[in-house]
Amino acid sequence: MRREGRREGSAFQGVGTVALKELADHLSSARMRMLEWLVIITAVIPFYGAVEQLRNTTAEDPFLLLRLFTVTGSRLPVFSILGFVVPLVAIGLGFDAISGEHNRRTLSRILAQPIYRDALLAGKFLAGLGTLAISLLCLWLLIVGLGVLLLGVPPTGEEIVRSLIFIVCTVFYAGVWLALAMLYSIIFRAPATAALVALGTWFIVLLWPVAAEVIANIVAPPDPRLALLGYPTLATLEWTQALSRLSPNTLYVEIVQAILAPETRSLGPMFIDQLQGMLRGAALPLGESLAIAWPQAVALIAGTIVLFSAGYVVFQRQEVRA
Amino acid sequence: MSVPMDTTTPVIAAQGLTKRYGKATVVDSIAFDVARGEIFGLLGPNGAGKTTTILMMLGLTDVSEGTIRVLGHDPVREPLAVKRRVGYLPDQVGFYDNLSATENLAYTARLMGIAAAERPGRIAEALARVRLTDVARKRVSTFSRGMRQRLGLAEILMKRAEIAILDEPTSGLDPQSTVEFLDMIRVLKQEGVTVLLSSHLLDQVQRICDRVALFQTGRIVLIGAVPELARKVLGAGFVVEVEADAPNDTDLAQRFSAVPGVTAVERVAADRFRLTADRDVRPEAARAVVAANGALRRLSVDEPSLEAIYTRFFQDQADKPGVRHAA
Repeated sequence: MRREGRREGSAFQGVGTVALKELADHLSSARMRMLEWLVIITAVIPFYGAVEQLRNTTAEDPFLLLRLFTVTGSRLPVFSILGFVVPLVAIGLGFDAISGEHNRRTLSRILAQPIYRDALLAGKFLAGLGTLAISLLCLWLLIVGLGVLLLGVPPTGEEIVRSLIFIVCTVFYAGVWLALAMLYSIIFRAPATAALVALGTWFIVLLWPVAAEVIANIVAPPDPRLALLGYPTLATLEWTQALSRLSPNTLYVEIVQAILAPETRSLGPMFIDQLQGMLRGAALPLGESLAIAWPQAVALIAGTIVLFSAGYVVFQRQEVRA
Repeated sequence: MSVPMDTTTPVIAAQGLTKRYGKATVVDSIAFDVARGEIFGLLGPNGAGKTTTILMMLGLTDVSEGTIRVLGHDPVREPLAVKRRVGYLPDQVGFYDNLSATENLAYTARLMGIAAAERPGRIAEALARVRLTDVARKRVSTFSRGMRQRLGLAEILMKRAEIAILDEPTSGLDPQSTVEFLDMIRVLKQEGVTVLLSSHLLDQVQRICDRVALFQTGRIVLIGAVPELARKVLGAGFVVEVEADAPNDTDLAQRFSAVPGVTAVERVAADRFRLTADRDVRPEAARAVVAANGALRRLSVDEPSLEAIYTRFFQDQADKPGVRHAA
């Protein structure tokens, strides 16, 4: 793009219009029906089996509400369902964002209006994120509401804040996948290709922890003496963790651990001497938990920005003609 | 914003405009001016560079070399200023099928920045002008090709654009819709809108264009009004056919040749003559028949057809040795 100097007008002109239109499209689409069912099923799961388990510990657990998101029971905990499903939903909302406009032949007509391409891209991204945020908020309300009804214990202020932070972080996590899906929708003209490639990426990310371990064992082989004693080698552990943190899923799970399990003190390996004087199982204050999750949250946001910018650059260089 | 009706400065001016994709030159240093209020046609086969030229005017694709000014703005640097005042109907325009005609226009109206209070009025007015009021609330998915095309025109009307750029507006339309659509383009002109349209359908364009530019592999090979081009390429602008009985045919033919402006007299049949002239010589031809004591039965004039000009031009090119042939 040979644009010398500043371009005229605001890059955000039209963002709101595009976002509102896309949001309306999403909310009335078949995808939204699917999303609604996902929300309901995900909200009901913790109350199926888990509640019994929680009732027994009601007296001594100060974070009952948070347990609803993390407790395993006989089923999957809510956060791991979200870790699994949110990428799929984000892909579902974004895989035909730009290619769809191309294929409907609406792209050149819309871009002939006084807006920049940025506005179309940003508007669509915000609409996707908005749709997800609305669904996740519904999920949160359902779980908190059902929790109060079935457990009979009102949530504390800190629990509300922590669980809302969890929802916000889930939106960030969704942002990575939405930005990725939109990038694919720009690169691939056929929506089916974009969807398949996005799902492939999602699958690779699911398998990434295993790959990270294998690579770490090659890069930093475990010390045979320690292995003989049954201890892990620190270098290997650190490599495994560093590599697995390339995956947004790992980052998300770590954030959830820090925010929803207030007793989490560290997300990495800890030495015995660091544990001296620790009150086992005692909760950290909210600020400390946030400090632990902060780098991961920033990494998710940064990942979203990088992917979105990549999409923006590719879109700017793309020809609009069909 | 009132714009003075100034017919002297061109509303679109291109100079040395070039577009390259890698090594391929799609538009090769073209130059043209479009005056306010005229209908200007970009003609040529598919792939000759018409759409690329249009996209450069709108700032939707980069200019490799040369300059283009639309309403005094550079579309590369000030795309929004250009796009606020120019309406564009793309080739095979698409709409959101799940929305109604009104909803589709409401979306673009918001993107255009039309005030909320004004929107319903302007949308209804535009739909009425293209005769889509009856289906305003119907989903666009039920629309025919011609209706979509008219809806695209309604968008330009709603925008109150000073320049309407129409890319292949009539391709794929049935004859009836084509005639209707061309009428609507004429109405645009009557309102002072400058119309720039591209087409590969020569005879349709001839009917409504004031001036045309003929494209061939990225270059403008001919530019001007159709009669002007006819004189240039065919050597004469008019072909007058005379059907007359005369006592002496040879005498009649000689009288025809003597008419000023006639460049050739061809005897098609015993009683039919074809005169080629650089102006309409029907009155003189009639007088010649009467003077030769003949009985005039039919007198007709053929406007030079763009098709003939086009075919002849490329034949001449092909006949010239050493001219690079277009792929």
